[in-house]
Amino acid sequence: MKQKAVLILFSFTNSYTNSSTTNNILDLLSRTFPFEWEIVDADFNSKDFYSHPRKQYHSTKILEQALEKYSDNFEKILVLTDYDLFVPVLTFVFGEAQLKGKAAIVSTFRLHQEFYGLLYNEKLFFERLQKEILHELGHTFGLIHCKDWFCVMHASANIDEIDMKSDHFCNICGKFIVD
Amino acid sequence: MNSETRILIVDDELVVRESLKHWFEEDGYNVEVSEDAFNVLQILQPDKWDIMLVDIKMPKMSGLELLERVKAIDPECIVVIITAYASVPTAVEALKNGAFDYVTKPIDPEELSHLIAKAVKHKNLKNENISLKARIEEMINLGDLVGESLEMKKVFELIHIVAPQDTTVMIRGESGTGKELIARAIHLNSPRKYYPIIAVNCGALAESILESELFGHEKGAFTGAQYKRKGKIEMADGGTLFLDEVGTLSPKMQVDLLRVIESKQFNRVGGNDVVKVNFRLISATNEPLEKLVENGKFREDLYYRLNVFAINVPALRERRTDIPILANFFVNKFSRLMNKPNKSISKDAMEVLNNYNWPGNVRELENAIERAMVVGTLPEIQVENLPFRIENTKGMLDSLEDSERLHIKKILEKYDWNVTRAAAALEIDRVTLYNKMRKYDFRKE
Ligand SMILES: [Zn+2]
Ligand SMILES: [Zn+2]
Repeated sequence: MKQKAVLILFSFTNSYTNSSTTNNILDLLSRTFPFEWEIVDADFNSKDFYSHPRKQYHSTKILEQALEKYSDNFEKILVLTDYDLFVPVLTFVFGEAQLKGKAAIVSTFRLHQEFYGLLYNEKLFFERLQKEILHELGHTFGLIHCKDWFCVMHASANIDEIDMKSDHFCNICGKFIVD
Repeated sequence: MNSETRILIVDDELVVRESLKHWFEEDGYNVEVSEDAFNVLQILQPDKWDIMLVDIKMPKMSGLELLERVKAIDPECIVVIITAYASVPTAVEALKNGAFDYVTKPIDPEELSHLIAKAVKHKNLKNENISLKARIEEMINLGDLVGESLEMKKVFELIHIVAPQDTTVMIRGESGTGKELIARAIHLNSPRKYYPIIAVNCGALAESILESELFGHEKGAFTGAQYKRKGKIEMADGGTLFLDEVGTLSPKMQVDLLRVIESKQFNRVGGNDVVKVNFRLISATNEPLEKLVENGKFREDLYYRLNVFAINVPALRERRTDIPILANFFVNKFSRLMNKPNKSISKDAMEVLNNYNWPGNVRELENAIERAMVVGTLPEIQVENLPFRIENTKGMLDSLEDSERLHIKKILEKYDWNVTRAAAALEIDRVTLYNKMRKYDFRKE
């Protein structure tokens, strides 16, 4: 029997996507990662992670709480949120993951075109979201950044670098995705 | 491999140590952390760490003092200072005392990854023990600016003369001649090198987008502006602003730009606050600006503001003696990048290269060699390995537009009409590619 994994929606409002987004994401997860995926709404307290001066949410703390609440029952944990994420030393992060661990988080905040003052583009938004999900979960399988520009594990420090890469793992990185 | 690079993070704050360590581990580096400068000094030996990130403000020993002591024990160790915004003047002081660079907390991820890439490159250069001269050239990133022709020597001389001064520079030349490389070389050899060089391609963006791209906007300035955004001009503060394709600026943008150049201040779109800036301006164009001025399409006052010191970059066909030098340079470069044994170029292939017209200039030559390295299986690059167009036109004149159209179509087909990937391969941004697709009326078949 397959091991269980969970997709946690944390203030993930679908506001930038159509209603089938979560279904598409579940499809993507089941296709790519060999787990039995479930979906839940987060019972987190946003205040625990919010930084007033920065108006952002501390992603490491969210991961800690997710692990505390869900790691007994699930082998992999993915948190999706619309909040802008940070770790204290950086101005922002698109997401965060435990390297060779259980949990990952991805934020949609900086993935949509409007953030950059450009026109709404649902298709592009979803492409970016897919890439970030695969990338951060890839880290939980122990993958580090890949030199191949087209591999989804290539590092991306800005949105253009996310757009440059493809939405799949290169042959070498792909070998790591097993249970 | 990144795992061969050893990084030490010295910071008294646990959360800084942990988040930086995690960030570098995702890049595959070998990372250690320490909260105590004294401990570091106790175990430090020459060549123990390649890169050290040091917080400038620590309770027992300041980052500046640690820097000095580290440099005394291991002068080769690359020390990067981490500073809070308020301590930037001290960090600048640290640069004089041998720090490689500094970053301000919270650090922009892009800045951090560039900085570390630069540091690793610097370290590798040292390890390869190459000559001082070559090292300096790498440092100023002349990179692919290669040439021994008289024409190019003149360009290098002009860069050398103008870089340290704060003069406004205009770079003229066809596309693919490396105008942006020249702008970067000027910046990196100027006192502004510790600040960013920000490049904007004025031809790639519609006027309304270009305006907010350059000047930034306040929240709610227009529909869709949900977030305040810094413009490129503001980002270039302290450094260099590089405006490519200035010949395409609309009349309104010309006025706005002239005002910033003259007053060194501006307002963000939809805002009233005056933003003061201090930047050096480098512009570039391949259009006959003088003609545009004559026809009233380009403001004369702006023209004189931009055209203070001009550098004309010759087209590749105007410096044919550089073709074999560049071709061999690119063969070496791609051998290294692709991890292949060094190839040579057959006599016939070299003749074809020498006779071709190169409408796309150095960039086209680079792409041709890269392709030949990928498709060729013999130790010598053959005529058949060269792109079809070059192989067949043997010296025939092609209009720039014709070859651009053919080339873009071929690349689009190669990437199955995925515009993002095709743009990446063409080394232009998506918007430019969309514009060109519209211009040539391309549609996926
Ligand atoms: Zn990553
Ligand atoms: Zn890969």
